[in-house]
Order: sequence, then C-alpha cells, then structure tokens
Amino acid sequence: MALPEDDPATASAEAVAEAPLVEAPADTVAGEVVLRLTDLVKTFPGVRALDGVQLEVRAGEVHCLLGQNGAGKSTLIKVLAGVHQPDSGQVEWRGEPATFANPQAAMRAGIATIYQELDLVEDLSVAENAFLGHEYRRFGFVRRGRMARHTRQILGRLGHGEIPPGRMVRSLPAAGKQIVSMARALSHEARLIIMDEPSAVLAHDEVGNLFRIIRELTAQGIAVIYISHRLEEIREIGDRVTVLKDGRTTAANLPARDTPTRDLVSRMTGRTIEYVFPDRPTDDSEGADLLQVQGLTRAGEFADVSLNVRAGEIVGIAGLVGSGRSELLETIYGARLAETGTVRMDGKVLRPGVGAAVRAGMGMAPEERKSQALLLGEPIYRNVTLATFGRYARLGFTNAAKERAEADRIAETLELRPRDVDRPVRTLSGGNQQKVVVGRWLLGGTKLLLLDEPTRGVDVGARAELYQVIRALAAQGVGVLLVSSEVPEVLGLADRVLVMREGRVVREAAAGELDENTVLDLVMAGSLMEGAPA
Amino acid sequence: MSDATPTPTATPERPQLPAQSPPVDPAETAVASDKAQSTGKLSWWRGDGGDGAKRNLGLIGVLAALIVVGAVTKPDLYGDPNWVWNNVLAILQLASVVGVVTVGMTFVIIGGGIDLSVGAIVALAGVWCTTVATQSYGAGGMIFTALVVGICVGLVNGVLISYGRLVPFIATLAMLVAARGLAASISNKQTQVSSSTFINDIAARKVIGIPILVYILGAVVLAGWVLLNRTTFGRRTIAVGGNPEAARLAGINVRRHTMLLYALSGLCCGIAAIMLTSQATSAQAAMANLYELDAIAAAIIGGTLLSGGRGTIVGSLLGVIIFATITNLFAINGLSIEAQNMVKGGIIVAAVLIQQFQFKSVTRLLARNRVTTAT
Repeated sequence: MALPEDDPATASAEAVAEAPLVEAPADTVAGEVVLRLTDLVKTFPGVRALDGVQLEVRAGEVHCLLGQNGAGKSTLIKVLAGVHQPDSGQVEWRGEPATFANPQAAMRAGIATIYQELDLVEDLSVAENAFLGHEYRRFGFVRRGRMARHTRQILGRLGHGEIPPGRMVRSLPAAGKQIVSMARALSHEARLIIMDEPSAVLAHDEVGNLFRIIRELTAQGIAVIYISHRLEEIREIGDRVTVLKDGRTTAANLPARDTPTRDLVSRMTGRTIEYVFPDRPTDDSEGADLLQVQGLTRAGEFADVSLNVRAGEIVGIAGLVGSGRSELLETIYGARLAETGTVRMDGKVLRPGVGAAVRAGMGMAPEERKSQALLLGEPIYRNVTLATFGRYARLGFTNAAKERAEADRIAETLELRPRDVDRPVRTLSGGNQQKVVVGRWLLGGTKLLLLDEPTRGVDVGARAELYQVIRALAAQGVGVLLVSSEVPEVLGLADRVLVMREGRVVREAAAGELDENTVLDLVMAGSLMEGAPA
Repeated sequence: MSDATPTPTATPERPQLPAQSPPVDPAETAVASDKAQSTGKLSWWRGDGGDGAKRNLGLIGVLAALIVVGAVTKPDLYGDPNWVWNNVLAILQLASVVGVVTVGMTFVIIGGGIDLSVGAIVALAGVWCTTVATQSYGAGGMIFTALVVGICVGLVNGVLISYGRLVPFIATLAMLVAARGLAASISNKQTQVSSSTFINDIAARKVIGIPILVYILGAVVLAGWVLLNRTTFGRRTIAVGGNPEAARLAGINVRRHTMLLYALSGLCCGIAAIMLTSQATSAQAAMANLYELDAIAAAIIGGTLLSGGRGTIVGSLLGVIIFATITNLFAINGLSIEAQNMVKGGIIVAAVLIQQFQFKSVTRLLARNRVTTAT
C-alpha cells in the first residue's frame, strides 16, 4: 500500500500550464468587450475553486458557460456578482479594471445575476420585488404608483405586459417568477445579466419564451452569460462558449453553433492533464461475487439497474450529472430506499438503512465531501474513526489512544499532510480531506468501497496518490464501485466499466474494450442533446 | 444508555485484510499508545475539545471579575473567610437545580436541537412524585416516579422530533404548554406538600459541611462530562449535531440518537424535580418557571453552539455559576431583581459577541494559512 516516493503526477502538473488553450477567432461577435477576466483565482480553505479563469463577454452576445458540477461556475458567478472577492487576477468591466466589494456594487455597475433558486420575496408584489432595495421613495414613503408604472413598462419591454405589478409573487408560476427576476435586473439598468440554469425550472414550451426574451435583451445591447447543462439550448441561443474544468478555462470563445458536441463534452469531462494510473494486476483470477444488485429502481432517478462487483475488482460507472449515478450509489448504500430490486452482499439480501450496509462491510465516500462526510471542526482522528469508534470502545467508553494510533497509521499509509491527527479537518486541503474520508473505511475491514467522485476538487498530486490507494485496496481483495464524470478516470482506474445514461445502464464492458470516444458518445447521446434533469 | 445504539461491531468471522489490520505488534502499539497518552496527559483539561478550554478560561475571568465587584462593594463581608465559604456554598446551592437541567440541555443543543420544555417537565415530575398516591410508596417511589416521568416526557419529545420530524422548537414548545397543563390538572392547581423526611432532608442537610444538593450537581456534571468526552454516546452527539448527514452515512443511527438526547434531558429534569421539591418541601404546577431560558442562556454563554456540534459541560457549568453569582451579588447588595435581569441579558449578549469574535479571528487565521501554503 506504500506509495512511490517520487510523485509522477507533479511532473504532469507542469504540463497543465502548457496545455493549449483553445481559442476561436475573436471577432465572431461584433459588439465591444464589456467584461474581460484574466487569470482569475479564488481559493477557499482547502480548495482552489478558481484556478486561472479567462472569460471575455461582448455587448449583445449570449455567452455560454459550460462545465461539470464543481468546475467553478458557481464561484465564478459569485465573484462577478460581488459575493466573493478574487484572490488574484483582473476583472475588466467596460474597459476599466473593477472590483465589486459587495452585491450592491456589482448591481450598481450594471451586473445582474439571476440565480437558479430565484431570490425573490414570495410575499411581496411583482413591483416590490422588481425594485427591492432601491424603491422609489419620498420622505420615507414608497411611491407605489410610480413603481407600478415603471414595473409595467419593464414588463412590457420583456413582452409580458400582462403580469399585473401588484400581484403577489407567490401566486406566479416558475416562469413568471423568472420574468420578475429579469424585471429586477432591468430596473437596475443592467448591462450584463448572468443566468444560472434558467431553463431548469421551466417546461419545454416556456423555454422558447425565455429565448425570445433573451434575444430582445441582446438586441438592446445587453450581454448575457448563460449557464446550462443542455447542449441543444446552447446551440440555439448561444453565440460563444467558454468551457470550465477544475476551475480553469479549458476552451474559450468557441462558436456555439459549429463546435462539434464531442469537442465540448471532452473539454468538460476529458483530461486536462495526463493522469498516471497504477498498473492493473496481471493476475486475472476472478474473486468471488461480493455485491449483487438486481433490478434496482427509483422513479425519476434510475431504473432496472443490475450490476455486480467481485472481491478485488474495481468497477467504474461513467455518466454525466443527472444520469442517476450518485443516486444509485446512495441507494446501494442504503441511504435511499429502493422502490424495487434487491441489493445483496455476499449473497445475503441487505436490510434497508445505512447501518445494515456498514455492518455488511460497505463503506462510502460521498460526492459532497464537506456536507456529507466530514465534521470540519473536529480533529482528523475523530473523522477517521467516525464509522469505527464504537469498535474500539469498551462498555461505551471511547478509546482515544487507540483511535489516535489507528488514525496515525492511516495517515502514514495515505501520506496525509500534515500528519498531526489532532488538527481540525477544516485546515486540510481538498485532497487530504478526501484521504481522511477514504481512510475512514480502511479501518475495520471494509469489503466494498463505494466512491462517488473521489477526485473532485483534489489537486493533481493527491489524485495520483488516491489512485494508488484505490488500486492497492483492490489488490487486497476489497471490491470498489467508482462513480466519476471524468471518463479517463473511469477508464484508467476501473477493471470493468458501466456506462449510465438517463438512469439506465447502456453499456457494460471490460475497461480495455472501451476507449474514451466510445464512452463519450454513449454518455452524452441522450442526456446532453435531449435535456438532462439539471 | 451509551450502549443502546449498536454501532457496527467487529465480526470475528470477517476475513482480515493484511495491510488493513496488521497483526498486532505489542511493542508498536505500546509506543503508539504511549505517544497518544502523553499528548492526552498534556491536554487532560481540554478533554472538552480543543479551543473550548480557552473559552472556559474567559468565563473564569468573568467569574473573577464578579467576585472582585462583590469584594469592592461589600469589603466587610468579603473580609470574613467564614462568610465567604458560606456564600460560595450558597451560590453553588442556588446553581444546583438549574445546573442539572443545563447539563441535559447542553447535550440536546450540541446534538443540534433545543428543549424548551425542561421547566415544564420539572414541574410535571415534581407534581407527579408528590401526589398522595405516589407518596404512599415512600421516598424511593417518589424518586422513581420523578425520574420515570422525566425520561418518558423526554422520550415523547424525542419521538416527535426524530420520527415525527417536528422541528425541535415546535415539538418542545407544545410539550411546554401541555406538560404544565397536565401538572396543573394532576395537582388540581394546589401546592402538594411532601411529607417524606428523606426527600425534604436532601436540601436541608449537609455532608462534611457541603449541601447534598451541591454533591448532586457535582455528580451530574461529572457524569455529563464523562458521557460527552469519554463515551461513544458523547461522540455520536457531537457527530449528529455537527453534521447529521455525515453521521448518517458513517452508519450512525441519527434518529435513535436524537431521541435518546431528549430522553437524557428529561432524565436531568427528573433529577432536578426531586431537588426542587426537596428545597420547597412541596411541588406545584408553576414551579421551575422559565428554567428553559436559564438553561439555554447558561449553555450559550458557556460556549455551546446553538447550531450544534460544539459545546462543553464545563462551560455550561460556569455559565450557571456566573448567573448564580450575579443573583447572589445583587442580593447581598440589596438591589432589585429587575436590575439583575438587565445585567444578565447584557452578559448573554456580551458572551456571544466575544465568542463570535474569537471564532471569526480563528477561522480567518486558518484561511490565511491555507492560502499561503497553497501558493
């Protein structure tokens, strides 16, 4: 299990800087540049959310941002909206360097953001929401008449003069609320409107109306940053596309209509760097069946999934966000209740509930490390022993010395940095936090490890180490079920690969029989073109 | 109680993975545990967890300041060591009943909940154990009744919250109203006198010069400290309050544990009911009025995070003692209850402000460290 001394991944990390940034001819769109971001970096404790973002937005264009969950889109929006301040890099707004100290400053500068969860006050009227925070006032009294007139005028501009300004927002449908959000943006005289997955809350025919409004806005010279997972929408409404991955711009200003789908998807999911994967064992003896899943179904998430994992085998699930892969993993683990189907460990049907799964020898590293796996303020050793402290206890009394010793051993095996197991987990980098989560299941004889996006937000060096750890575990006979949206990771690490799309397994094959392009075709065939659940 | 939730236990028949569970090398484990014990020895006083100790030092500073105020305003009294000793005992006795309730409250809050019904549970347990029928079974029957009533009412809270998925605030608010109502109807709105000399002696008597009530407070605090810091029950409490989803995905039965936390709070209320009944040699439906607010306030100035996951028993104890000291200080200076309440309110706000400031500066420091190491 000991990892090699020299770190093969650090060498490839340098290659990142030289990785060519794809850039289309700049003048596909005519308008002047209103926003230019150069080398934007934003770090949070433990994670580098933005790591050199380039973005150029022109007046009157619809600029699409593409990227997987965790690619840094949300952080980027929040920097533009004045919620976060970048650590370094330049923001140039209408030709001048700019900093937005708070959301009000960004609003005043003319940048409006329409979040996915619309930030409207449900029990205020349409007009009151549109002018929230900058009401027309005289002597401290709100001038309702003037506000209503102006709101009506803005709604007319949006082609929705039929919405009464006095109507309560609560009584509007989702599409109507979105229009109120846009009215608010226009009430601020916004020059740039950022829309975070606006189509996610809309029915199919309402999307057409949204696009009509967007076209009217851009015709007035307003720039729009449009975020969506749905490639067909980007093709229809977008002018140019910028792709983010791991907090970096991997492709900028691609023409939205003419860039091949495969190019876009591979820039989102593919490798930005050459990862080094540990060699597969040459010895091909098959272990006994460990996990058997039969006909597992949860309506709206996944349907009729059957799979098995043998001892010592790494099975990878490739699929995009919304393909049902994380939900499947959580259901196998007992954290969600299956509607039909069975999960067997060692041939025995599992009772529902996480407790039963853990007792049967399962362990899971969930997708959201911080919110689902860690007690950030607690020391490392207590996080490592979170699932096992009961086993070291005697008569209900915890054995902190034993726990520290075990955590120390794990820290040494996984080369945790820093090694001090009394430090709070909060102070660790993303990669080391992930090691803590994985390390938790190295204690106490876990037989099957479920890993959901184990390398998200993990830096290059720690990635290679995690791959080594996973492979070493498999060599010891642990079965591994791995979910990742990075196709190269699944192909490089797993022995056998299942491809999921829209909640169904569409292909199962040995990793050696598949290549990246085949998997990409399978993964995106439906979901991106027809609109995945966002 | 701590063993009630079976965490995954090692199954001997499971094949042991070589590198995962290496054969135990006695020398190696000895070294490892030596090391761990030495760090444990260094930090025995911070068993409550990390920076809690620093906060507690701050509280001791506040306590010292209050004593200085007392000594300045009443130098003649504080010059008499005999009076000072008796006054310390008076303060501890004053703190004892609320202190016991606060220990339970601290567990509930660390576990991510709140219990507004503690005062009502004390009253109900007190009234129930002083009914004529119960008193006919003697002191043992009274104590048994008070504890069982406390635990059962706590369990009802816990079931409503963890399995009925009621918000803790609402469930315990409803219990506050209902339990007082039940207490009033059982007692027929009368004050029920306790005729048991054993019960009445608890508050009246001293052992080696110290009131029995103070021993009870000490025992409950010690048990609470051990439970929180040295048992799986305490560890689960911190996990459930700190990140319920992480606790659940690590195989901890979050619902059952939440339920047990309210039962524990109820048990503490049962103990407090006996103490209070003994002090008054009677019980009535209106007793222990607003204890919930005193207990929550004490826990919060003791550094317990209202959102859960962090808190210390020692801090809560200091919180209760600080409040008792203020009451005492105002009493010996002959000042009004009104002024006293205003000062208490100010202290709650000040304590939380100071803690927020400390917490922010710590996290900012960590964030800065992180950035510098990352670049």
